Amino acid sequence: MPKHTFKLNGEQVTVEVPGEVRLLWVLRDVLGVRGPKYGCGIGVCQACTCHINGKAFNPCSVPISEIGPDDEITTIEGLPATVGKDLHPMQQAWLDRDVAQCGYCQPGQIMTAVATVRKVREEGREIGDEDLDKIRNVCRCGTYQRIREAIRAGADATE
Amino acid sequence: MPSPGLTDAYDLSDALTHAALPTSNLITVAVNPDGTVSFALHRAEVGQGITTAVAMLIAEEMSLPLEKVRITLADARSELVFNQLTGGSNTIHAIYTPVRLAAAVARERMKLTAAQQWHVPVAELDLAGGVIAHRSGKRATYGSLAKTAASPTTREFTPQLKPAAEFTIIGRPHNRIDALAAVTGRKQFAMDLDVPGAKPTMVRRAPTINGTARSIRNADQVLTMPGITDVAIISTGVAVRGETFGQCIDAVRALDVTWSPGTVDGESDETLLRKLKAATPPVKPALPLTTAVDAEFTFAFASNTPLETNCAVADVRKDRAEIWSSLKVPIIAKQQIAQRLGLLETAVTVHVVEGGGSFGRHLFHDAAMEAAEASRAFGKPVRLMWHRTDDFRHGRAHPMCFSRIRATCAAGEVLTFEQYHTSVKTDFGHGFGELITGTVTEPELGNYSVAQTIFLLSQHSPYAFGVTTQLLNEVPLEFHTGSMRNVYSPNVRCAQELVVDQLAAKMGKDPLAFRRQFAREERYRKVLDVLAEKGRWGRSLPAGVAQGVALAHEYKAVAGALVEIDARPETVGREVPVHEGVTGPRVTRVTFVVDPGLCINPRGLEAQMLGGINDGIATALTFGLHIDRGLPLEGSWDNGFYTRQWNVPPEVEVIIMPDSGADPGGAGELAVAPTMAAVACAYARATGTMPTTFPINHHDPLRFEPLPREPSIPQSPTDGLDKAF
Repeated sequence: MPKHTFKLNGEQVTVEVPGEVRLLWVLRDVLGVRGPKYGCGIGVCQACTCHINGKAFNPCSVPISEIGPDDEITTIEGLPATVGKDLHPMQQAWLDRDVAQCGYCQPGQIMTAVATVRKVREEGREIGDEDLDKIRNVCRCGTYQRIREAIRAGADATE
Repeated sequence: MPSPGLTDAYDLSDALTHAALPTSNLITVAVNPDGTVSFALHRAEVGQGITTAVAMLIAEEMSLPLEKVRITLADARSELVFNQLTGGSNTIHAIYTPVRLAAAVARERMKLTAAQQWHVPVAELDLAGGVIAHRSGKRATYGSLAKTAASPTTREFTPQLKPAAEFTIIGRPHNRIDALAAVTGRKQFAMDLDVPGAKPTMVRRAPTINGTARSIRNADQVLTMPGITDVAIISTGVAVRGETFGQCIDAVRALDVTWSPGTVDGESDETLLRKLKAATPPVKPALPLTTAVDAEFTFAFASNTPLETNCAVADVRKDRAEIWSSLKVPIIAKQQIAQRLGLLETAVTVHVVEGGGSFGRHLFHDAAMEAAEASRAFGKPVRLMWHRTDDFRHGRAHPMCFSRIRATCAAGEVLTFEQYHTSVKTDFGHGFGELITGTVTEPELGNYSVAQTIFLLSQHSPYAFGVTTQLLNEVPLEFHTGSMRNVYSPNVRCAQELVVDQLAAKMGKDPLAFRRQFAREERYRKVLDVLAEKGRWGRSLPAGVAQGVALAHEYKAVAGALVEIDARPETVGREVPVHEGVTGPRVTRVTFVVDPGLCINPRGLEAQMLGGINDGIATALTFGLHIDRGLPLEGSWDNGFYTRQWNVPPEVEVIIMPDSGADPGGAGELAVAPTMAAVACAYARATGTMPTTFPINHHDPLRFEPLPREPSIPQSPTDGLDKAF
């Protein structure tokens, strides 16, 4: 069986699994990293959102064979370490506003939020309503208003 | 003209609370040597925040910091009978006093133990922060007294509860006790549990609802696929077990199965509507010299799928079984799983896991039963999960229904209000039925079915409209149905409030002033007054933008929504630069007022109102199922348009009324009906046309290409990196 090596939350990992298995299942079922959640498996709900080299993506839609040894995968578990703290400012903003209800979609929401802020900053702008309107992540509990507030606050707290 | 309803005297909250009463005190608050206090909650946490609220009740009664209280979910406890059912937004109403009593028993036992050790009267002891102190300078923590305080025998003891005037925790905003776990990815749902040997398991389902697998043509071939360990027919399809869910998806899709027909193969939206209409009684002829308002409304099926799909872990052995799942009626799950497996009920252990949403779904144990069947068939533990497409198509849904209304008025009075509501049968076979028939013994209810009883116990017109008739009929079709958040109320109240607006127009009255005039209770008028002021009722808005207002009285609480909707063509036709993002009219502003009686946690209550508001918007505008030849067409979140960020109202304000001194009411479902109704009323005013089909976009051309019926689930894409941002 082919071996695949990549960086996961700062550590080099190697897995033996057929190349077409999507990364979400490599993370959850092979490596036991359970922060990224299954919500649809077809790249719609965004519950599994993680980062690859700092960019948001859906591991449910990426075969493990497409991940290379230099690729850095960050899941919600590894997000705080990217800023060298116990919590990323976005997670703290989430706590301050008590955003989560059931919490199932929230790891994906936070990973999307961090990438959205980074992308908007790279474009030389601050987060606006249009940016928030573009976020696809489904929250069936309907925590959307607090998510919007938390993203703005998290952006303010992110350097 | 007064029109008292049954719910004035006795409602669904009373029925649920009374059913739980006989065993309500069979609960224990445990004090641990480390100074923490534990409680295994006999209700399901699915996002509604009851673990936090219950921790607050215990912390309050024991004068402890909230961080010292540990809440877990109790396993199925058969001895609790009707007192382990989470539904009807009833948890806090039912357990507010029993939990406080249990905490007070622990507190008094601690004080008594300290008093005995120090030879001082209990009355001289002070208590703060989990420390008992005496003016002599003696101090002891709960933790240090825990062992000594344990009573070797059970004794009768009725402690005094802390008076409300002394509350320092109840009524103040607290963040959820599981918030840190949620934002760090550490919160564990059923699929996150590591049960030895429990490997991923999925099910291939029939092309129509309730179709069954007759045979597998290629089981041997599928068993040779990478990672696949087991394949077997179970009652709901063909189960496969493998090393990863990804490999299970491949195997499910590769299976070649012969199917027997389902139970509703010939049914589509059109056939269903004909049957619903045929089963609805005609309205009574209007009396001479009265003005009649007639209206008919159709409500599509709506999925109660939560974000976590149906899932369960099961380890079934010859002589015992162990199940882990999010279950709101775990005792019934345990009984039915034991029966199916041919085991004694005592040989089945059912662990209740926190759920990733419910909205009615976890009243049923569909995944737990499947997992038990699959584990027995394989002789191995399984971690069974539904695909999202199955969750939409084969999961439970709020059934399609039809409402026929006639209201008559004359001389400034509403004389009659008749509403005949007909629904495809709602499955209450999860224990609600036994509970209702076991507790509601009023003779006048004797001949009503469970559904009619629940309808009568929950449906309540907030307006004094003369002779008010509200009746439910059912069309007995075997769909997978169940309650969805707020059960009958969103549809029933939406239809009512639209007709209320028509009545107001006929009588030349302002819609809000009209509601105020006919409001049955002072509580409603107060809610309306705050709505009018904070929501700026009647403010000037451009053509195509309008306000709507609606009320709800349920779960011992009163609530009202004032909504503004933008239905201008440029808004309706707006594009969102998001793949398959469906727009339509946008709710731009919501003012929501809630009078919960006593509020335990304002921050949690506000969260529940926000969630209900987004549900109400979805149910009114975009979120329904199209039934086509025995199967919903919707199979993904890009087909079933639950509210997404591009449809979220930019301005929302939730106002909590001051405590009225009443007991706490229910919150989990309260906001859905008034929001849905207010959105519909606002839309009618904005467009000049009363909507009669819900969701409002249901008859638009389909905005999606339906996923194939076979195989039952789609393959995962491979282009994820192209979409990275």
